[in-house]
Amino acid sequence: MTETAPLAPGRSLWSDAWARLRANRAASLSALYLLLMALCCGIGPFVVPNDYTTIHQSYTKVPPRLSAYPTPEMIGPALDQVAKRARVEIRDWHETGGEITATLTAPRGVDDRAARYFDRSDLFDGATITPGAEVTTATLTARVERKWFLFGTDANGRDLLARTLVAGRVSLAIGLMAGLVAVVIGVLYGATSGFIGGKVDEAMMRVVDILYSLPFIFFVIMLVVFFGRNFLLTFLAVGAVMWLDMARIVRGQTLALKRLEFVQAAEALGVSRAGILRRHILPNLLGPVIIYMTLLVPTVIIMESFLSYLGLGVQEPMSSWGVLISQGAKNIPHANWLLAFPALFLISTLFALNFIGDGLRDALDPRDR
Amino acid sequence: MTRFILRRLLTAIPTLFLIVTISFFLMRVAPGGPFNQEKGLNPAVIENLNRVYQLDQPLWSQYLHYLSNLLHGDLGPSYTRPDFTVTEMFATALPISIQIGTLALLLALTIGSVLGIIAALNQNRGLDYLVVATATAGSTIPTFVIAPLYQLTFALSLSLVPVAGWGGGALVNKIGPVLTLMLPQLAVVARLMRGAMIEALRAHHIRTCRAMGLSEVSVVCRHALRSAVMPVISYAGPAAASLLTGSVIVETIFGIPGIGRYFVEAALARDYTVVMGTVVVLAAFTILFNLIVDLLYAIVDPRVRHD
Repeated sequence: MTETAPLAPGRSLWSDAWARLRANRAASLSALYLLLMALCCGIGPFVVPNDYTTIHQSYTKVPPRLSAYPTPEMIGPALDQVAKRARVEIRDWHETGGEITATLTAPRGVDDRAARYFDRSDLFDGATITPGAEVTTATLTARVERKWFLFGTDANGRDLLARTLVAGRVSLAIGLMAGLVAVVIGVLYGATSGFIGGKVDEAMMRVVDILYSLPFIFFVIMLVVFFGRNFLLTFLAVGAVMWLDMARIVRGQTLALKRLEFVQAAEALGVSRAGILRRHILPNLLGPVIIYMTLLVPTVIIMESFLSYLGLGVQEPMSSWGVLISQGAKNIPHANWLLAFPALFLISTLFALNFIGDGLRDALDPRDR
Repeated sequence: MTRFILRRLLTAIPTLFLIVTISFFLMRVAPGGPFNQEKGLNPAVIENLNRVYQLDQPLWSQYLHYLSNLLHGDLGPSYTRPDFTVTEMFATALPISIQIGTLALLLALTIGSVLGIIAALNQNRGLDYLVVATATAGSTIPTFVIAPLYQLTFALSLSLVPVAGWGGGALVNKIGPVLTLMLPQLAVVARLMRGAMIEALRAHHIRTCRAMGLSEVSVVCRHALRSAVMPVISYAGPAAASLLTGSVIVETIFGIPGIGRYFVEAALARDYTVVMGTVVVLAAFTILFNLIVDLLYAIVDPRVRHD
């Protein structure tokens, strides 16, 4: 009886790369962070206390606060303001456990419809007015409505937390989709060009060279301005101009792969060209493509923010990080949180994507290390 | 060499021609025109305006007309600024954009290279990590975040510089735009230079130089730099072009009357000639920069010349 030692399980390029990627702490932390960010932006808007379109008129540009609004100092002025609108006067008021009790006076008697004015305010809820001892007075009881604005509110009184998360959804989606568009076009174009070779290759690459000397940003602005400011179109336009690098990289790789033995072997065995392309060329291109894609996504996100910054991207009430940052930049001296939070979200995401890209490059392309 | 330049210049002509054609027709298939933006304009007035600017003629004849004017160096009249021709607008706007762009490019190339070399010489030490971290931050944080922060700190809080405006080209007005334009490019240059320098220092001829007792300065600056500078040069071409195009956002934020701001305004107002003019000028610049880069390449690396 002969005993063969059990074969060590073979390690494919991918399992190898996976192990290397996991060992890279910056990259795996970034991946985790990105996943968390995607989850927050995906589910967050349903969970956060306020809707991203609701306008809170009593809370415009309130700073971020971890505990609930209103602050004790806000109640007095707010009561006075509502009273003025309701044409009553407040003689005295006090708050106990979230309940407001106030004595109202009006020269011609307090109409109990005045309660509506209090309900309409963002601060009070369930206002009831009971007639007092005299004709001209009445007692108001109302609950203080508690609202959470963890990131503060914008100039229109909309919750910045909800808006930042919804914006993240748009920014990430555009980044991912435009990245995909660019990759699909780039890979197909580059692989075809490199694989066919000869005159066709030369002509196809000439086209890329010509497109390369187009001023890109101008081209995108032109597309967006002339064909409507539409979410779908924005990322299609961005994706459609970002595929050139991808095409070049893929063509170079294809040319190199074509000369390798296993491709020649497949040719000798009579595998069809499409078969070779599908079975041998494309899978081997996956490494550089993935690396490039992770580096492309941040570029696209920046590009989209840039368009939105100019007012050419996503339109209100939808928002993207670029939109929020541009609004924040306009309010910077007195409401810096409007810039700080969206910018923080955008920059941290870009950092994470860059780290993942670098990590993937190290993992998939060990020669470069 | 002259043959090389001539051939490149000759291939630039069809490229430019294609760019003009693509932009021209792309712009025209879009709905709207320069004169139906303002509400309440009398249809007869619009008709007359269209006739004056020959917009009522068939598209192909407009196209041929534009091409022949372009060959004579005439970029046409601006539709939204009736007293100006596009050439006149560019005569004031282009120098401004070029000034800022050139300053930013030169600073990015020199400071970036120096930082990259410093990082490479201190590979995997504190200074290296500092440079790499700064470079990553510089290339990640978008211009439109840095620019407002700059305005907040240096203009609003410290009152050292004006918040925005061109101020007739005063130096204090240029600092902000140049800095914000430069930073992302500087970051890329520093990273490229670092990588190339690390590789160059490992080469055999550098070991020989060291063995022969050359000073460190001479080894780095005379011998290693020669090969390390290649990737930076090849990056400088696209960088120069993108500095001109990247100026759109900087010019908007700092309120500078450069070519980028005109472009956005013109695109929104369907000012066809201004948009076309910008695209043509920028494409010409891109081609020119690529040519210069190729020439520099040939000068630095003699192997390229024999291809």
